[in-house]
Amino acid sequence: MKEETRPCVIPGCFSARRHDDLKEMLDSNKDSLKLEAMKRIVAMIARGKNASDLFPAVVKNVACKNIEVKKLVYVYLVRYAEEQQDLALLSISTFQRGLKDPNQLIRASALRVLSSIRVTIIVPIMMLAIKEAASDMSPYVRKTAAHAIPKLYSLDPEQKDQLIEVIEKLLADKTTLVAGSVVMAFEEVCPERIDLIHKNYRKLCNLLIDVEEWGQVVIINMLTRYARTQFLNPNINVSRVQNWVYSLFRAVSLPIEQSHDAALIYTAIRKILICCLTHVHVSCFSEVQYVVLQNVATMTIKRRGMFEPYLKSFYIRSTDPTQIKILKLEVLTNLANETNISTILREFQTYIKSMDKDFVAATIQAIGRCATNIGEVRDTCLNGLVQLLSNRDELVVAESVVVIKKLLQMQPEKHSDIIKHMAKLTDNIQVPMARASILWLIGEYCEHVPKIAPDVLRKMAKSFTNEEDIVKLQIINLAAKLYLTNSKQTKLLTQYVLNLAKYDQNYDIRDRARFIRQLIVPTEKSGALSKYAKKLFLALKPAPVLESPFKDRDHFQLGSLSHLLNAKAGGYQELPDWPEAAPDPSVRNVEVKESVRAVGTVTYRDTGALWGLQGPQKMEGSEGCSFRRTIAPSSALKSYELLHRITGEGLSVEYCFSRQPFIPDANMVAVQVHFTNNSTSDTKSLHMEDVKLQSGMRVKEFPEIELLPAGETATAVMGIDFCDSTQTANFQLCTHTRKFFVSIQPPVGELMRPFFMTENEFKKEQGQLMGMNEITEKLTLDVKCRNEHAIVQKVTTAANLSRVPCGSDKECRFAGRTVTSSSLVLVTVATKDQGAAQLTVNCEKMVIGTMLVKDILLALTQ
Amino acid sequence: MIHSLFLINASGDIFLEKHWKSVVSRSVCDYFFEAQERASEPENVPPVIPTPHHYLISVLRHRIYFVAVIQSEVPPLFVIEFLHRVVDTFQDYFGVCTEAAIKDNVVVVYELLEEMLDNGFPLATESNILKELIKPPTILRTMVNTITGSTNVGEQLPTGQLSVVPWRRTGVKYTNNEAYFDVVEEIDVIIDKSGSTITAEIQGVIDACVKLTGMPDLTLSFMNPRLLDDVSFHPCVRFKRWEAERILSFIPPDGNFRLLSYHVSSQNLVAIPVYVKHNITFREGSSQGRFDLTLGPKQTMGKVVESVLVSSQLPRGVLNANLNPSQGTYTFDPVTKLLSWDVGKINPQKLPSLKGTMSLQAGASKPDENPTFNIQFKIQQMAISGLKVNRLDMYGEKYKPFKGIKYMTKAGKFQVRT
Repeated sequence: MKEETRPCVIPGCFSARRHDDLKEMLDSNKDSLKLEAMKRIVAMIARGKNASDLFPAVVKNVACKNIEVKKLVYVYLVRYAEEQQDLALLSISTFQRGLKDPNQLIRASALRVLSSIRVTIIVPIMMLAIKEAASDMSPYVRKTAAHAIPKLYSLDPEQKDQLIEVIEKLLADKTTLVAGSVVMAFEEVCPERIDLIHKNYRKLCNLLIDVEEWGQVVIINMLTRYARTQFLNPNINVSRVQNWVYSLFRAVSLPIEQSHDAALIYTAIRKILICCLTHVHVSCFSEVQYVVLQNVATMTIKRRGMFEPYLKSFYIRSTDPTQIKILKLEVLTNLANETNISTILREFQTYIKSMDKDFVAATIQAIGRCATNIGEVRDTCLNGLVQLLSNRDELVVAESVVVIKKLLQMQPEKHSDIIKHMAKLTDNIQVPMARASILWLIGEYCEHVPKIAPDVLRKMAKSFTNEEDIVKLQIINLAAKLYLTNSKQTKLLTQYVLNLAKYDQNYDIRDRARFIRQLIVPTEKSGALSKYAKKLFLALKPAPVLESPFKDRDHFQLGSLSHLLNAKAGGYQELPDWPEAAPDPSVRNVEVKESVRAVGTVTYRDTGALWGLQGPQKMEGSEGCSFRRTIAPSSALKSYELLHRITGEGLSVEYCFSRQPFIPDANMVAVQVHFTNNSTSDTKSLHMEDVKLQSGMRVKEFPEIELLPAGETATAVMGIDFCDSTQTANFQLCTHTRKFFVSIQPPVGELMRPFFMTENEFKKEQGQLMGMNEITEKLTLDVKCRNEHAIVQKVTTAANLSRVPCGSDKECRFAGRTVTSSSLVLVTVATKDQGAAQLTVNCEKMVIGTMLVKDILLALTQ
Repeated sequence: MIHSLFLINASGDIFLEKHWKSVVSRSVCDYFFEAQERASEPENVPPVIPTPHHYLISVLRHRIYFVAVIQSEVPPLFVIEFLHRVVDTFQDYFGVCTEAAIKDNVVVVYELLEEMLDNGFPLATESNILKELIKPPTILRTMVNTITGSTNVGEQLPTGQLSVVPWRRTGVKYTNNEAYFDVVEEIDVIIDKSGSTITAEIQGVIDACVKLTGMPDLTLSFMNPRLLDDVSFHPCVRFKRWEAERILSFIPPDGNFRLLSYHVSSQNLVAIPVYVKHNITFREGSSQGRFDLTLGPKQTMGKVVESVLVSSQLPRGVLNANLNPSQGTYTFDPVTKLLSWDVGKINPQKLPSLKGTMSLQAGASKPDENPTFNIQFKIQQMAISGLKVNRLDMYGEKYKPFKGIKYMTKAGKFQVRT
């Protein structure tokens, strides 16, 4: 071979000689010798030794028959091709041959190496190879093609347009193997091309649970962003859903949640706490704990309630590493409130006795924060901290002093004895921060300790030259404040201190001394400012607010690297805000094939509708990979007339039961009222008055509508607690001129809300509601509703119930709970031959049961 | 995503490096060493370290730091989880994951890392698939390879990669078909000074060793599945059936795997199998301290508590301990102040105790911190939560497998504060 005759490409001739034996082995005919040589070379690479001078000898073995030699040559090539581009070109033809190999593994690995060698000159060849591989028969090769896309993009960003075409093609792929990789490529190459996702959105949601865990993380991240741009904010319309992820993925997330991967769980469900908690204590790996606790700490600031029941999971064990202890402490502090503070403080007391001093210091600060946040325990905490002042460990004392200083600032007048106690500490305590804190306290509240303060200053003046800088500054401050309040005793001392400071080595201290002297000792030159010296020094200072260091973290996406570091990492994409108006949902429509239909009869509708106000909606538990939802179409919402436009003199009012939870009060039924002003003049101050109700009933009035211009319409929502009965609610509807008596009577089907349960739970509950609580009717189904789909639609229109997943196609089951008393309502429709059917209603409230049977019967037979 | 990986041993040497994209100079590890120096204990090195151009994410296992270098935003747990997977794979292949084992098998390690990541994104991490691509080194195979010249590297794409059950390979054959399940529960407890329980939780796992021919479909049912309130499954478990019927139905991976892990937290449910009576006092002005510790079993349903080991970090002021164990042996290291007492079995008739005195530094005041006792024990044939497997059935294959289920309770983080 020619390589030996070109020593010029080999840097350093003597090292070339050193590897002569390896070269000989590589040139031999025996595979075993070649393998041995390659193994030694790979070991060198692994140790970080330079093996680049062997490049010519290695590269010619790229066509070797032995697959292990070949693989090791690939490893070598990927490592060194960038440095020796010319020689690397020699290997390209082998890969091109490999791309045509009948063995899919060889095709894939040829593409992998070809795309990994980072030689700019072969970009067109790579592009061609990727395009070809993207339509390969084997999904494994297609996956490799997806992996190759970001590699090529980083090598030559100008190929972007062509690569996007390939991504678009691969996004349409239906295999799970490809999905994760192509979304990863999408995120790296063209995250802004959200439009590519529309057509694939539902497919990706469906595939999600079958994708391998790493792909799932990437896909969910992408879908989060997608939803943020395409759907309306669920928090505005639907009740207090934590996050869209929670709702949208409720259907799919459960299986994911149960999968083994911590990263996945975390990204996926972000806010579902159970998982976090599991990982706080299940995980034996402190790194995982570390990351999860950081995120929990952020969440506890805004959503304390979610974690409160699990308080004890964050108790600290003596074997935890210090960084974990401190994070747990942070979480405990964030969770503290009036009810649990006593338990937490008791727990803190044991922590103070720990041998880990850094942790003890953090505990003391935590106590300080609890005390500032919760007024009731401030005195208890303060007393505890004062006791710590006699601790033998100086660090503990110092930390306590600093915290006590902050606490005293809140109510100094009560605690002059503590200040006295601390003044005594100046003799012993050496930690500069603590000394400085004590001096500041004495200076600030010198009126509370008029006798001690000058004495402290005297001592400090004595030791001034030996103090640390921050202590010196505080001595000067103390001197100035005492001079202003008690100049008789301290005049000389102050001058002495200021003189010492004048010649200090630190210019900050010299500056301070000069400035203070001008301010407090009036001379002719000093001007007007010195008159205000007292105001300047002894102004009332606001007490410090002790805040969690995790307070501002929530603008980063939870679970991200940026969030962990509290700094924007390269490549971090901020979540866009929810759009103001929902983008056109039809872009996601694809021709629905039979495979998309879920088990059972469910209309497959757009998720976007979920956040709209158009119709009642329910989500059911997941069934494999599909969203199973029953969404009654908006037209099915029956409107009732409240006020006719003739009696209302141009004002017409209709109402409907929106079947949404009424947010202010869960026991009320939400009633949506539409006002239309048909007259020619404006109607003003529309409101309710004089509500007449049966006993027990309650009404939450809709907010007053101040102006309804002519020809306009308005909508308002009110809540009525009907006490699980169909009694009417009577009230007066008032405008600025007239009053109208109106009444609302609910159909029995609106007095319940959907309840999700499994088939087994259903059967179990049904078993407990037998006898008097069960009502059965035989019926003949209307011709139009003899299929399952129609039955489901009819029943859910008649009553606000949710479908229970069911194994048999002869039965449809529905479940709900009454709004006020939460009694179960279970409905079963069992179909038989020729339209015969049996309807069973089980309900604790017999009246409701009887009425419901009538309503459903009517709906199914007409 | 992941750019490079460095393995660093306890003495701070980089003994392996692997790059998936352009080479990152190993000098980037200096930032890691800096952080390591700042941390008092090895486990206190922060898992994520930012440097001017990269981020270092590390895990510490078997006294080796696995340091991944990344350049842009990526969920940190993603990387941490992947690194743990790497360690698990090494352990699976070499039996142990030590520096020596990695150095001995450096070529296999390199081949594995090459397959696990492509361009920094995970490619094949399932152990069954990897084992088909790269066969684990055994003495026998090494010998055969030297004689016949065959290789350790598979020539065909692993069957699992493309199948719907990627965790299982096809064509598995055994002469003895057997399926063993170990229910192992660890009990995490904090008991306070007065003996009352502050928190108690049970972490359980079911580990399986399944060696069955063909494509068996197993179902495992429990007597009391409602006990499990927080469960995480191996991907092979059909979640739908668990939801509906509380039955575990799955096509198992071949070999050892963790079927599920669960968590029982409700405090009143947890029985504490061991109690501790302690009296540790230091008197002011005296250079002696009293030490008195007695262990006893409770709520063990007649099972023997064995392999009991008590360890504790005594206060710094303690110079030496002169103790007298009623059974077992104890050691006290005067440098680290670590006391450990190997008790062995607890005999309910004659409770083990450790009594004696501790000598303190003369003239020093009494230590104000109290030691915490960490207790380890094992109880065979009992799952402390009361979980019981009802039956195990196999479908899809004709032969009769040999089935076995073993229960065990262990102490997890069992701490007694004094």
